[in-house]
Amino acid sequence: MKWVLLSIIVVATVLGDLLQSYEMKRSGEQAVDAHGLAKLLRLIASRRFLLLSIAAMAISFFAFMALVQIAPLSFAVPASAATFVLETLLAKLVLKEEVGPRRAAGALLVLGGVILLAR
Amino acid sequence: MTDPAAAHSRAKTFWLALLVVLLNASGNLSLTVGMRSIPDTMSADPAGYIRAMLHPQVAFGIVLLILWLLTRMALLSWADLSFVVPITAIGYILAAILGHFFLRETVTATNWVGTFLIFFGTAFVGTTRPKSTEIRP
Repeated sequence: MKWVLLSIIVVATVLGDLLQSYEMKRSGEQAVDAHGLAKLLRLIASRRFLLLSIAAMAISFFAFMALVQIAPLSFAVPASAATFVLETLLAKLVLKEEVGPRRAAGALLVLGGVILLAR
Repeated sequence: MTDPAAAHSRAKTFWLALLVVLLNASGNLSLTVGMRSIPDTMSADPAGYIRAMLHPQVAFGIVLLILWLLTRMALLSWADLSFVVPITAIGYILAAILGHFFLRETVTATNWVGTFLIFFGTAFVGTTRPKSTEIRP
């Protein structure tokens, strides 16, 4: 069961982040003052990919809650950090972002750090 | 010679990333403190979750996490996903420090090595150009 929940977390997190990043790249640079935050809320209501990304984040959140009830945090946190590598890879392949050696090495160092931090 | 507009945009991106990290860490802390002070354990009963959400610290945590979601969306409009994800992982370090001081959680030597790796990984990614793509609407 824990592997099923972990798979749900990874797929939902990666999907949610890819959809959100895609829509936010399309929307142009957004501000974070009161006006900007209200605009972001309107944006969520009008873009179905953003709604879908938030639904995916909610699924990931509740799956994580369920996972920590049946597996130790020292398994749940590092295992779900697999999303770092997958997202970096898919950001390059799907979103066509420039992922050079420094960015890739940074993502791998962060993954290693998260694994050690959860032990 | 650094382009002043690019330097300004880069500085703005780092400030927003910092805000995203702080909102996430403080939101999670408030939520955890609030949930731990609620006597009844969470079950399949939805009323338990609703009661929990009415607790002031839980409600404050939820507000902070909604603000985190919105500011992270704004950050994704300014920077690449492959930049945002590792950069905001610095929040794991902040969570460990907050957990240690406010929730009396133990931080072992291995955990400290982990925080250094996250710090260096974040620093590595921080030296790259935040935005490499733009999708036209």
